[in-house]
Amino acid sequence: MGLVGESGSGKSITALTVMQLLPWAARATGRVTFDGIDILAASEDQMCALRGDDIGMVFQEPMTALNPVKTIGEQVAEGIRWHTKASRSNAEDRARKMLDRVGLPSAQFPLSRYPHELSGGQRQRVVIAIACALKPKLLIADEPTTALDVVLQAQILDLLRGLVAENRMGLLLISHDLAVVTEMADRITILRHGEVMEAGDTARTLSEQLHPYTRQLAQASMHVPARASTKEIGQGKPLLQVDSVTRDYPGRRTSLLKRAAPIRAVDDVSFSIDPGQSVALVGRSGCGKSTLARMVLALDGPSSGTIRFRGEVITGKSEAELRPARRDMQVVFQDPYGSFDPRQKVEKLVAEPLHVLEKEPTSAERREMVAKALHEVGLSPRDMDKYPHEFSGGQRQRLSIARAIITRPRLVVADEPVSALDVSIRAQILDLFAELNQKLGIAYLFITHDLTVARAITDQVMVMHDGRIVERGGTSEVLDHPQSEAAKALVAAAPDLHRAIARRLQEQG
Amino acid sequence: MTAYLLKRLAIALVTLVLASMVVFAVLEIIPGDPARLMLGLNASAEQVELLRNQMGLDAPLATRYLHWAGGLLSLDFGRSYTYSVPVIDLVRERVVVSLPLALIALALSTVIAIPVGLFSASRRGRAGDTIAMGAAQLGVAVPNFWFALMLIYLFAVWLRLVPAGGFPGWSAGVWPALKSLVLPAIALALPQAAILARVTRSALIEVLHEDYIRTARAKGLPYRAVLWRHALRNAMIPVLTILGLQFAFLLAGTIIVENVFYLPGLGRLVFQAITQRDLIVVESVVMLLVAAVIAVNLLVDLSYAVVDPRLRSRQ
Amino acid sequence: MTLHIDMSEENLAGILAKAFRNRSFLAGFAITALVAAVAIVSFFWTPFDVTRLIIANKTQGPSLAHWFGTDHFGRDILSMIMVGARNSIAVALVAVGIGMGIGVPLGTFAAARGGFVDEALMRLNDLVFAFPALLSAIMITAIFGPGAVNAIIAIGIFNIPVFARVARAGALAIWPREFILAARAAGKGRTLITLEHVLPNIVTLLLVQGTIQFALGILAEAGLSYVGLGTQPPMPSWGRMLFDAQTRMVAAPWMALFPGMAIAVTVLGLNLLGDGIADILDPKSRRQR
Repeated sequence: MGLVGESGSGKSITALTVMQLLPWAARATGRVTFDGIDILAASEDQMCALRGDDIGMVFQEPMTALNPVKTIGEQVAEGIRWHTKASRSNAEDRARKMLDRVGLPSAQFPLSRYPHELSGGQRQRVVIAIACALKPKLLIADEPTTALDVVLQAQILDLLRGLVAENRMGLLLISHDLAVVTEMADRITILRHGEVMEAGDTARTLSEQLHPYTRQLAQASMHVPARASTKEIGQGKPLLQVDSVTRDYPGRRTSLLKRAAPIRAVDDVSFSIDPGQSVALVGRSGCGKSTLARMVLALDGPSSGTIRFRGEVITGKSEAELRPARRDMQVVFQDPYGSFDPRQKVEKLVAEPLHVLEKEPTSAERREMVAKALHEVGLSPRDMDKYPHEFSGGQRQRLSIARAIITRPRLVVADEPVSALDVSIRAQILDLFAELNQKLGIAYLFITHDLTVARAITDQVMVMHDGRIVERGGTSEVLDHPQSEAAKALVAAAPDLHRAIARRLQEQG
Repeated sequence: MTAYLLKRLAIALVTLVLASMVVFAVLEIIPGDPARLMLGLNASAEQVELLRNQMGLDAPLATRYLHWAGGLLSLDFGRSYTYSVPVIDLVRERVVVSLPLALIALALSTVIAIPVGLFSASRRGRAGDTIAMGAAQLGVAVPNFWFALMLIYLFAVWLRLVPAGGFPGWSAGVWPALKSLVLPAIALALPQAAILARVTRSALIEVLHEDYIRTARAKGLPYRAVLWRHALRNAMIPVLTILGLQFAFLLAGTIIVENVFYLPGLGRLVFQAITQRDLIVVESVVMLLVAAVIAVNLLVDLSYAVVDPRLRSRQ
Repeated sequence: MTLHIDMSEENLAGILAKAFRNRSFLAGFAITALVAAVAIVSFFWTPFDVTRLIIANKTQGPSLAHWFGTDHFGRDILSMIMVGARNSIAVALVAVGIGMGIGVPLGTFAAARGGFVDEALMRLNDLVFAFPALLSAIMITAIFGPGAVNAIIAIGIFNIPVFARVARAGALAIWPREFILAARAAGKGRTLITLEHVLPNIVTLLLVQGTIQFALGILAEAGLSYVGLGTQPPMPSWGRMLFDAQTRMVAAPWMALFPGMAIAVTVLGLNLLGDGIADILDPKSRRQR
């Protein structure tokens, strides 16, 4: 069973209602029946007996879902001991087996490990082990893979599928991602603003798309902005040229005097971007793509190698020397909430890059420039006097883009610019990026782990793995016929709605 | 783990050395010549000069500092100008009053505060919480020496349960001695307990919002078990910090509270020494108290490592 | 789905509306305003003249004429408390000013620079924290002589590391935010970013800490005056009044009761105000003591 909807649609609240773990202020009405028990009427004691034993739950954020001061063994065994009154050693044996089952073998992951010693994907496995330790009848998974990269997502989904089949558990999967739900769920319910839009068999619902909202969601998930075919570029000098750039971070201190070997985040990377070209940099989380982006933006200096922008070296320059380069190079960040100072008005925020202009504009000029930039991103110049919190996530990302284009830059580095947005908003923002690329001739360096985004908006793709660029080529070439292992893994793991529906229809015959 | 410990230890030592320099320097600039002070106004210039020479006061600054600091290490604090006895004897006499007082007060405030904080956090927003936190709010606001006066009035003057002040000495028996420390300890402990209870409550409430609390609840643990098993230990980190800071407050508090109760402790010693310009005593007692604060803070740092495995494995 | 709840993003009207619903804030504000009003009124009028000693009226219990009774010199305790309020507020306020004025620049600077500068400043902080504040205040006033000015300096010095630490912690939480990166990408330097983005975002923290230190300053001033090192007679001060009361506890308990209550009420008011501000402006802010 899959539950799909955009943010604010009430998906997570539904799950927490089933568990009776709603925040104090919230009230639930209606009926939730589990195995003949009316959950909303059940006492706290009855709920405690159900939770963990008959209903398990997996949460979105694996980094914070485990108690940092308790070992993973304690945390897995705790529920077992509580419900079965098993002895400590007995419970620990069962916890051990469960951890083995979720892919954390005892050699590397003894029970005495603490959560901070594990990666995000490994922690999510521990959370799954806790939820499934007692083979519950129902497993609720609330966005279990949203915080993970695509390759980990595929592994975790595989694990969940396996566990559900083995133990004949019911699964309630909550996700904003239609493709994920289609791969996992037999039945689907689509929520919007707390109301059910459509419910039914997954394959049928999505292939027929009878309800307009279902259609809207499905189309937005597969949206590709209309762009003119790739311009023939190659004439003239490249806009950005990165030459064997390496970035090391000092290793952890192992004692007062010694340090571990430095960590190489970016390893001998070279590439170039031509004016007006749109290039995607894809890779798993931690592969070094964000570090590379920061160096391109001259926010961080490389350990070795040089970066040229418009033919001039920008590495090792002082802030004053960088000013002319900064004018032509802007950035759009991932988090539309974190990238604005909550204490400033839009006018000041969008105008911030004007600081690098040779001559500071007068306030009237400034307002005019801000108004123009807002207009270009589809906002009203009247929005200038508002504070960022008065805007929705998608609108804030428009503000972010307005800020990036106000100096008419020639390169915009966008770090996961749509991954925090709902699918329908995401489609609109991608359209905007495409439009600005056409209209203003801005070159993009798109950093993303999402191949659909790369496919939608870029001409070229670079695949990064362990600090190196392992593959580069035309977007559709690389995504359709990946050569390197890293690229193959990414492509195989990426959820794809078309493929998922097709597979489901095939299975059902 | 060892790296963390070594770093904290090194910081503590550096702080101690710097502190000793500060104490020494501050007392150097105090107006007034101790030699003249000891001999009185009628002494001749030669007599003063001779005494200065005997006391080593005419040596260069650095030499005197090293001499003094070296003495501290071997517990040789020098002789008091006014009492003409080794400072260490004075300190030894007084520390048996101050240390038990501070420890009883610390224990008392912890024993009161942590259960109150737990109680309040588990009943957040209900009547019990409101009453407990109202009382804590009052407790924080009350100056301890005034509270001490009120306690004296109530228990010593009115109910005649305990002595109003003074200290019979441990030789008079443990019970009478303890009895005369009860009121001072309560006067010191309650305002501190109020602060600690508030910190415990807010730390617990903050922890209760964490995702892992929801994970624990989803396992089927009842609220109470979650509070004890998961929240308390995580909330201990800010509580420990405050406990460490409180030790310094308690030490300073004893200066005033010992004055209220006429207790012959370190606080009274240092206060009398200041008014009598007995610099060597001031220096020594201040250094001792500072060393105690630094040692306790080091202890707090070490206990972080016990509570929090992330610190233990941070290399 | 990601949930973002950032309560610091409120406009003025919303903040005011919340303030009127916050009991802590209302009570704290009322008490603080009352104490401030009393202090101001005392400049122009007090029920009795506090400089005139009328021995015939000495140690009288509370009555209609003397609500809080009289002291051993026959002075009206209510009038003395009124004048003492002015004194306490002035000392604590200036001490907070010293602490903020020096501590906040130091803390934000340490956060902006990081590395060696940060480490050195924090070690300096550790050093000051190693001295129990009241003990050092006693030492300072003993060296430079007792008096209100030296009390202010002594209390002010110990406010510096407190504000430095709070400002640094607040600034360190702001620096990794994306809007700072955006400002850096716009070519802004550390100083400009600190002024434009960091400081406005830690004002709440500083305000809350300010009320706490204000309250602690009033307690410290009372303590210093009580041991004879703060405000000197004949200027009335709450701590000094308690000292005078101590030896007369049996005969004249009111002499101790009312000044102590004045201290407690003032400190309570300030703490409630601080709690209220913290609740209203930023429910997530951690309080530091």
